[in-house]
Amino acid sequence: MQEVNNFTPNIVAFCCNWCSYAGADLAGSSRLSYPANVKIIRVPCSCRVNPMFVLKAFQQGADGVILCGCHPGDCHYVTGNYYTRRRMSLLFSFLNYMGIEKERTRVEWVSAAEGAKFSEVMNDFVAKVTALGENKRLQDLRVKEE
Amino acid sequence: MTRQDTLENIVRISGTDAKKCMKCGKCDGRCPAYNDMDVKPHQFVNYVAEGKLEKLLASHAIWNCLSCMACVERCPRGVAPQGVIEAVRDTVIRMQGNNGIKAEEIPPIVDEMIPQQLLVSAYRKYNK
Amino acid sequence: MQKIGVFICWCGSNIAATVDVVRVAEEIKREPGVVYSADYQYMCSENGQQLIKNAIKEYGLTGIVIGSCSPRMHEATFRKAAESVGLNPYMVEVANLREQVSWIHKDKEEATEKALILVRTAIAKVRLNAPLKEGESPVVKRALVIGGGIAGIQAALDIAEAGYPVDIVEKNATIGGRMAQLDKTFPTLDCSACILTPKMVDCAQNEKIDILSYSEIEEVKGYVGNFSVKIRKKARYVDETKCTGCKICMTKCPSKKGLDEFNMNLKTRTAIHIPFAQAIPNVAVIDPEQCLKLKTGKCGICQKFCGAGAIDYTMKDSFIERQYGAIVVATGFKPIDLTAFNEYGYADNKDVVTSLELERLMNAAGPTNGVLLRPSDMTHPKVITFIQCVGSRDVSGCGKPYCSKICCMYTAKHAMLIREKYPDTEVHVFYIDVRTPGKNYDEFYRRAVEQYNVDYIKGMVGKVYNENGKLMVQGSDLLNNEQIVIPSDLVVLATAIEPEPSVRKIATLLTASIDTNNFLNESHPKLRPVESPTAGVYLAGVCQGPKDIPETVSQASACAAKVIGLLAKDKLKTNPCVASSNEMMCNGCSQCANVCAYGAITYVDKEFRLGGGKTEIRRVASVNPAVCQGCGACTVTCPSGAMDLSGFSSKQIMSEVEAICKK
Repeated sequence: MQEVNNFTPNIVAFCCNWCSYAGADLAGSSRLSYPANVKIIRVPCSCRVNPMFVLKAFQQGADGVILCGCHPGDCHYVTGNYYTRRRMSLLFSFLNYMGIEKERTRVEWVSAAEGAKFSEVMNDFVAKVTALGENKRLQDLRVKEE
Repeated sequence: MTRQDTLENIVRISGTDAKKCMKCGKCDGRCPAYNDMDVKPHQFVNYVAEGKLEKLLASHAIWNCLSCMACVERCPRGVAPQGVIEAVRDTVIRMQGNNGIKAEEIPPIVDEMIPQQLLVSAYRKYNK
Repeated sequence: MQKIGVFICWCGSNIAATVDVVRVAEEIKREPGVVYSADYQYMCSENGQQLIKNAIKEYGLTGIVIGSCSPRMHEATFRKAAESVGLNPYMVEVANLREQVSWIHKDKEEATEKALILVRTAIAKVRLNAPLKEGESPVVKRALVIGGGIAGIQAALDIAEAGYPVDIVEKNATIGGRMAQLDKTFPTLDCSACILTPKMVDCAQNEKIDILSYSEIEEVKGYVGNFSVKIRKKARYVDETKCTGCKICMTKCPSKKGLDEFNMNLKTRTAIHIPFAQAIPNVAVIDPEQCLKLKTGKCGICQKFCGAGAIDYTMKDSFIERQYGAIVVATGFKPIDLTAFNEYGYADNKDVVTSLELERLMNAAGPTNGVLLRPSDMTHPKVITFIQCVGSRDVSGCGKPYCSKICCMYTAKHAMLIREKYPDTEVHVFYIDVRTPGKNYDEFYRRAVEQYNVDYIKGMVGKVYNENGKLMVQGSDLLNNEQIVIPSDLVVLATAIEPEPSVRKIATLLTASIDTNNFLNESHPKLRPVESPTAGVYLAGVCQGPKDIPETVSQASACAAKVIGLLAKDKLKTNPCVASSNEMMCNGCSQCANVCAYGAITYVDKEFRLGGGKTEIRRVASVNPAVCQGCGACTVTCPSGAMDLSGFSSKQIMSEVEAICKK
């Protein structure tokens, strides 16, 4: 058990520019902490996230990937987050089939006003991924050799 | 069966979501058996929403409802008051000794003009 | 190879207290491509910016990374600084070391490590950045308003007031719309025509406003600032420039059995007619379905009597094409069709009327000259029953799921007006909820109850049936737990409203997004409520959602302000972070166009050289950079990987992912 506690997962978070990235900024300016192993990539809209990016992250050794977008109906680009929702539910169930646990992938809606939610979501996600341990199922072994 | 189970069973049999009701009363407005009912169609839906099982089970209206489905047809919210009444009736007659028609009471209520078939179907509907 | 400069900001102690900024600046120097690295107390300050500018010049930097606060804060500042010394502003990337690192982490070692990763990620991205140039597109200083109701009229007047020419395209023969049909308006009870017709006249007299009545939108091309619109002027068989509106034709026309749409079909009219006395333009129109001359070739009486010689039976639809910078959609509404509601007996009983029909029955210019008579036998109704929410808040499939918003108020108005004018009349109102938010609205409704003794019954009507000439209204009284039957002389249905059905076609032409109820979508439900997601298209009135006259007028004026703001610009700067398609890879499958919420993607047939002198014509996607908003939905949808987004290219994001995951 000691082993699991020492493990710090590497988490990639994709945040849309208009809601979730601003939500992350609010979490920052409200000093609501979340683990340092969450690294954010800014995208214009959650629908910019190609399933390939998620696969790439796992291939490169990420332990969890989370997408954050505007709440349904609030998308800056009208319908972008609906595409995200559909694409990712497909991708995640496929990844689950491949052996990447469902808890390692997530889509969350975080508005620009939800700094507290952003931090809660990240804490919760990191805790779940930490409990699962290192992701070994889908990664490029060459990455490990470095 | 616990009280909660019975309630859930009623919801399940009725196939209706009482929370969808917007309390407009159109079911009452159309009901042909309204004046004979002690518990009105809208109240059935409301009692289910509020979990008032005892009031549901004690109602006489379950025997007055004609099952004409006018309330179901007219409901603007897709709620089925008749479904709830049916579910309550089912629940009541499934309890021992709660048959809606008792065999010994049939001769006095039977009119010679009543077709046999009606008696049979009523017996099926109101008895276990 | 890029020459990258890295600038780490202390942000006073905001970053420096938790992140070892000096160490970050030092370690980053070893990254490939980095030729300069520095740290400074306040990068955003005048001196900090000067430091960046000097470094760009001195080291010939081709890309810079700033490790500072959120890019939402100062990205624009740094981009401007870079631009001032000749570096393309899109070669600037910001690593968020404050909101994402120093403010949320306490451990200095951990924070410094994360800062290093974030700066490396930004470097990975900037290596793949390409200089981007903001496009410019010209603005045609003319606006189009589709729909000539109160929304369109108000928007046009406000835009014209600012000095810009406006065209109003109205599909009917006159402007005025629904408001012209109303009798009185709530909550002040002033006469609708008295406040509307002066505005209609203003429109006609304003030399900046061109009213294209009896016309429809046929085709829309172009984009914000530069729309090209083809307008069909339907043949009205009367020369607008010659007709004087003398109405002699109307007295002579032998075909008198046409249904008068303006009076909700409660009256008949002649084949050649002017819709109503205050019509603008005050010009006759011939109904081709009804005109004997047009149908049989025999008649021609109106032509004979027309002193101005305005009648022309040979007139054909004509087309005009005009350029516009902005478009306002104000197409309005109609009451829903009631055939699915046979419980109210609307189709079978003449004395069951909709509220809009009642407006005409009470209007001084209506079929009864303002005397309230019931349609069946033209007698005074003594008992009138109103039924609210007819078709509104109905998810059964017969009606509309939304609240039509105006019915509670106009029903209270009708009840009050009737009780005022005919105190011997008994008025009942069946309601589910009375919704009267708004200034002086609830007071108005309460007045109907308290002062005018209108009988409000909480409950709904189950059926209306005819018995010995009386309309029996059977409904529930929920507060008394009773079923009641009210023998009535007139039944008025507060019918749900829906967007004018032609809006669907217009939305398609404009690629404006529309919901399942045919309401046009706004760009943001709270913060951009008058703009369509399609740039340059604005929404006024009920086409966007149910609303009453004051709200419609406010929205129309808001639209006008937005249009004026757009037309005041000579050129529009366009966001360069837009999608573009690699024509060599595109297979023309149309999937990108299907997901585009803005209609920015079209298809062109393009000739490609195959070698050996052979060519091939292929259908490929083409993105209009002036319309694309840069969301990237198409890039992910594209099955062949031809679509990419400048500034957020797949390669850039992939390299960011790699940089983050690198251990």
